[in-house]
Amino acid sequence: MTETAPDLARLRGGAPPRNHDARTIAALTANPGCARRGLMDAAGVDKDAVARTLGFPTPFGQSQFAITRGNAFEAQVKADGCAELLTLLRERLGLAVPEVAYDDLEVVAGNEGRELRHTRTRRLLARALESGEGTLFDHPLLRLEIAGQLAYLEPDVIAFQVAGRLHVIEIKSFAVVDGQAEPEQVAAAARQSAVYVLALRRLVAELGHDPSRVSHEVFLVCPENFSNRPTATPLDVRPQLAVLERQLARLTRIDRILEELPEDLTFEPGDALDASVRAVEARYAPECMGGCEMAFFCRDEARACGATGALGRSVRDDLGGVDTIGTALALADGSLSPSDDLAETAAQLRAAARLRAEALLAVRDGAA
Amino acid sequence: MSALTSLAQLQAADAGIAQPLATVRHCHVADAPLVLVPLKLAGEAAAPLAVMLGSAPDDASLLVVPQPRNRDLRFAFAADLAKLVLNHIETSRGAVEELPPGKEGEERIRYGNAPQFLVPNRGGVAFLRLLGRSTRFRSTEGPYAVDPAVPVLGRWLTWFAERYDHPGSSLLRAMTEVLRLHWATGQSSLEDGNLAALVGWIDPPDGLDGPAAAAQAEDPVVWPPAGPATDPTFDNEVLAPAIAAYDRSGGDPRTEERLRTAVASQLTPTWELMWRAVGLLRALPEGASVPGRWERDRDAFTYYHQTFGEAYPQARRDPPVRAARRLHDLERAQDAYDAQRAFDDPLVMAEYRLAGQAFGGTVTACEPERLDETGKRPKLRPRVRIATEDPVRLDVGTTVCNAARPALKGRIVELGGDGVLLELTGGMGRKLVPEPGTVPREGDRVVFTSLTEGSWGAAKFPDRENTPWTHGGPPEEYTPTDEDAEEEWS
Ligand code: SF4
Repeated sequence: MTETAPDLARLRGGAPPRNHDARTIAALTANPGCARRGLMDAAGVDKDAVARTLGFPTPFGQSQFAITRGNAFEAQVKADGCAELLTLLRERLGLAVPEVAYDDLEVVAGNEGRELRHTRTRRLLARALESGEGTLFDHPLLRLEIAGQLAYLEPDVIAFQVAGRLHVIEIKSFAVVDGQAEPEQVAAAARQSAVYVLALRRLVAELGHDPSRVSHEVFLVCPENFSNRPTATPLDVRPQLAVLERQLARLTRIDRILEELPEDLTFEPGDALDASVRAVEARYAPECMGGCEMAFFCRDEARACGATGALGRSVRDDLGGVDTIGTALALADGSLSPSDDLAETAAQLRAAARLRAEALLAVRDGAA
Repeated sequence: MSALTSLAQLQAADAGIAQPLATVRHCHVADAPLVLVPLKLAGEAAAPLAVMLGSAPDDASLLVVPQPRNRDLRFAFAADLAKLVLNHIETSRGAVEELPPGKEGEERIRYGNAPQFLVPNRGGVAFLRLLGRSTRFRSTEGPYAVDPAVPVLGRWLTWFAERYDHPGSSLLRAMTEVLRLHWATGQSSLEDGNLAALVGWIDPPDGLDGPAAAAQAEDPVVWPPAGPATDPTFDNEVLAPAIAAYDRSGGDPRTEERLRTAVASQLTPTWELMWRAVGLLRALPEGASVPGRWERDRDAFTYYHQTFGEAYPQARRDPPVRAARRLHDLERAQDAYDAQRAFDDPLVMAEYRLAGQAFGGTVTACEPERLDETGKRPKLRPRVRIATEDPVRLDVGTTVCNAARPALKGRIVELGGDGVLLELTGGMGRKLVPEPGTVPREGDRVVFTSLTEGSWGAAKFPDRENTPWTHGGPPEEYTPTDEDAEEEWS
């Protein structure tokens, strides 16, 4: 792990590394096959800045209305040492929450180093685990190994201990109406929470405790119906945990990606940036739009070379292994004969082409 | 999705313009649909900001909530919207058709027409659903009284949103979904969710191709988002200052007018796009089963309209039996809808041919007057052999019907290298010789399929009184409580 550190610093061009958050890790596992992203994230490269320099800025800012609403809701839930949150946990979820200590682990004295903050998180958690006393930790700084690299995680969550178990509490400002919220938002929250659960479990294990003391049940705190009143919903993130663990294990190790690349490669802004980025293999899919700052650049690249992946996973799957639009169409009209491994896909494409043409012709003749 | 759709997408990408996925229109398009383009305030569940609506391209009404966080302004907006929407509902009914009396001799009628709502995308549907939910329980008397039209609007919006879930219903449709049913573009479904990009691929403006038009559509300055979410840059740079100015002025009409102008600039492009899309759909010939499905929509509308006064607002959650029945109904409707589209449209049937559930080809041999004399009485059982290149995945013995004339039924007798041997069993008249023109002859091109137009039995679910205790026992009639009426909408 340590040998790659200088390489990663070089990739960043000397800039300080960016911290991960659960969103970036959840998105990383959405596209585990992408070496470009894996490398940039492992090195902590500012992808947003890189994309901007390359002329493909991520256009989506956030509306101040959404930000204001989110902040106001979070502040309300956390006010007076999380008074409203505790009431919720006691009354809504029927948890026997005793008196609790509330610790905010965010910046203590100005700009603390992240190692320092992480150490503080460890220390407080260790004490809590040993004493078993009720505790709320806000903004713990966690670590997770990703592709052989330690990444710091800045979760905007609270770790909450009750009855000897730790739960992750996530505060979100999307509404739960009659017990239901928008499925995509719940799914995204579940994926993110799973990242925190995993990171917390690793930490608990490092501290010599049973990792299962971190519950797979997280609490989602959202506004209820059309009001500002919070409601808490328990969410079982076992499926998301399983996916996450599998995807993390599948990530190509960074040192292996580095081996394949020129020794002086860097993502420093400059004339060579475009070539450097292109030197690392990407694997664009429309899902990238939701989670990776490089998406507009990679989409442009994918479209320029006629990659079928730019049309979506289902197209790519239907074409089983045919990577470009040109090849697929040539197989479909028979102008290209397939290699053995593509014989089945090619037959399917030819049949599809014949049937489409026949149906369209029948209608044209009928209309004439 | 299938290889056929994927191929159409590849062809679209290659040609730089959308490719047809259908040869007929599979949905009803009203003569005067009510187009609604709603916007909501970012970060809120259902805080309306504005809606542009109307039933003709040159007749748009614009409703704006100048301070979306103000409860009174919000309900004033809901009342204004209610008047327009309810007026549209009442004027779209058409004449009453008398139907033959029902099984128990009850009187049955059907309105000659029904209102159709069109919104740009699924987000628009979700917004109407939530707006319905947040208004239908409101009380029209007492300390939190709202305009009497508000809860009526809420119930109708809820009803339309429920009909939206019903496959094949055209009462409420999301334009991007309807267009995607008929065209494949050279971009992914994610990008197709942008109405401007989608229409750009289907009908690019002069001098542009699909990709160029779609690229333009991704610039929110040229093409503001089709809602209900607004462009964050617009929020931060235009909307927030305009709302702040309105607040500061204490509701001065001039600041309100400026706000309306700003919001209108975000809505007008989508409004025009919606009508262009309506035009694209109208240009397609209507599928044969569309009027039948619209008739079911009219039935549903007639029933709800007729019983409106006797019913309570829809419950917050369906009781279990109703939920199960609804799920069953939706599945049935989906199957019937899928099959009907295939029978209406050879391009949709091609999907089933590719999947092996249908096959087409030329009749190579035919015994039109063959009789089966093994039983007591002879039966007309003509045989036809059909040469096909299709990857048939049906078993011997499967019942199939003719795609062009589903009444003509048959059974697969043999499957082999020289095609499919079919024994025809019905749809040829009542005599021992087939009616002329019913049995395909040598050289005819035919398609047969195992699909049927809805062969499901009726649902068997307990009545509400007999709801099993495992499902909570018989549900209480849902009566709205004071708490419902007072619910915060902040
Ligand atoms: S956008 Fe590009 S770099 Fe990011 S995950 Fe997708 S392919 Fe990889």
